[in-house]
Amino acid sequence: MTITLTHFLLISAILFSLGMYAVLTRRNAIMVLMGVELILNSANINFLAFSRFGDMNIEGQMAAIFVIILAAAEAAIALAIVLNIYKRFHTVNVDEISFLKD
Amino acid sequence: MLETIVNNLSNIMPEVIVTVTLCVVLIVHLIDRKNMQIMTLLSIAGLFAAFYVLTESIGTNNSTFSGMLSVDPFAIFFKIVIVFATIVVVMMSRFSDEINAEYRTIGEYYFLLLSMCLGMMFMVGSSNLLMMYLTLEMSSLSSYVASGFTRKAKDSSEASLKYLLYGAFSSGVMLYGISIIYGLTGTLDLVGINHVLMQGSSSHLALITASIFILVGFGYKISAVPFHYWTPDVYEGAPTTITAFLSVASKAAGFAMMMRAFKVMFIDSSVLDLPAGAWTLISGVQIQNALMILSVLTMTLGNLVALWQDNVKRMLAYSSIAQAGYMLLGLVVLSNDGFSAVMIYFVVYLFMNLGAFYVVMLLANKTGSEHIDNYRGIGKRAPLLSVALAVFLISLTGLPPTAGFIGKWMIFLSLINAKMIGIAVVGVLNSVVSLYYYIRIIRNMFLRDDQTETTEPIRFPLAQQILLMSLLIPTLYFGLFFNQLIEFAQLSVQMFGMK
Repeated sequence: MTITLTHFLLISAILFSLGMYAVLTRRNAIMVLMGVELILNSANINFLAFSRFGDMNIEGQMAAIFVIILAAAEAAIALAIVLNIYKRFHTVNVDEISFLKD
Repeated sequence: MLETIVNNLSNIMPEVIVTVTLCVVLIVHLIDRKNMQIMTLLSIAGLFAAFYVLTESIGTNNSTFSGMLSVDPFAIFFKIVIVFATIVVVMMSRFSDEINAEYRTIGEYYFLLLSMCLGMMFMVGSSNLLMMYLTLEMSSLSSYVASGFTRKAKDSSEASLKYLLYGAFSSGVMLYGISIIYGLTGTLDLVGINHVLMQGSSSHLALITASIFILVGFGYKISAVPFHYWTPDVYEGAPTTITAFLSVASKAAGFAMMMRAFKVMFIDSSVLDLPAGAWTLISGVQIQNALMILSVLTMTLGNLVALWQDNVKRMLAYSSIAQAGYMLLGLVVLSNDGFSAVMIYFVVYLFMNLGAFYVVMLLANKTGSEHIDNYRGIGKRAPLLSVALAVFLISLTGLPPTAGFIGKWMIFLSLINAKMIGIAVVGVLNSVVSLYYYIRIIRNMFLRDDQTETTEPIRFPLAQQILLMSLLIPTLYFGLFFNQLIEFAQLSVQMFGMK
């Protein structure tokens, strides 16, 4: 069986859905961020697959590199914020952090 | 290679100046931690220099860094709005007790503020989908940290977490949409995408899915319903100066990016002879209806929920959601008229919204709370401040003779010219609803007495009053003398690569 563009797109769609599911159902801030990470990487797979199989330019691979760097920066900032939250609230459960509400 | 980079740098001189300023601020912070004065002065000097260079470059229309960034009248207009908002916020921060209490890390505060400003300046010029995503994240990442700047306070920490979770999720979805667009067209350049889409061979379903995914990212940035969930919490929890900045500059940058993306990417360039600068979208991406629903939902929900808010900061957060709804109306029109109306609205919104948040901040400095009951009897104790707040709120409602009236008038006019009377009526009805909660604050200030019977006047230093006047006077001035503003906005609609 040869691996084609469709396979890659399928994988990325599955990853995206899993990421979406994690963001919507998990209550732990770290798990939500991992879901976001899945979404970013599913987009990366799309970029790479299109660039490789679609007879396209190298722009897609370039985009993927930038996104990887940005994901790292985002993770650093996200973990710092979550750490700060843990210090204040002694929990990282998103539902319990509701100091502000209507 | 090096020569091209240097040549390109001269095109983005304002951004270079802001970059240098933020580096200098960070270095000064390392040398002399507590010298707040010098860091304020440095930031303001750098921003004024950038502002000057921007005003000198009005009329430039070209593209730089191999088409990644456009330096066109449209971008310059929004850069002026953003830099001006940053200058005002830097001055506001000087008077904020909340920020002054954190004097040990004040250098980081200015650094974050300037890097937000830098990200937004790149946002309004970016004409490549990858660049759009990167600049959106650049301004977002600094915003997450800045909204949690008073990190010992619980509300501020919570604000930054909520902002982070919603922001990271929405921009991730947006990136997925961008990757689909790349797959359909083989390029990330907006003009290039337009060329491919005009040939009309792309799958409509994939295209509409991708554009809705991208809309999620934009909707989050401009806090449009249903992507607004972060807005009230972040605006209430973040330091007031940051809230003011996010509500004006961040929204302006998001709008500019959204307008450029939809216009350059999806314009049907074979139909160009419509009156009043109108244009149509390529068949297959008819997202006009989606935008219309979004805008009606945004203003209605923003206004209705604002009705029962007792925290003035939270009320202003909902009001700013509603204001985004009015501005979206200008996009729904799909014409240059509508776009210039949005741009006029942003100039007006800059003064009135920053002004309202400024007064809220000054009063919170003295009374320690933003609850609406604390505004009872303020009219007698601080007359100037109360009158100014009343003017800002009337302007936000959109009543003459304030500038807010001109902003709303231009938007409704463009709707009527495009024969969209129904949606204009919805907008007007929403303005009537908004009057109720704005008036509630004014009524508390002037007609209700303080139960604690404190009548001693609240005094404010001259410097704070000068900043107040410099926001109040334009709010009244543009309500009466608006021709130049309208002309400038109409000249600035022009985007690079568009006729």
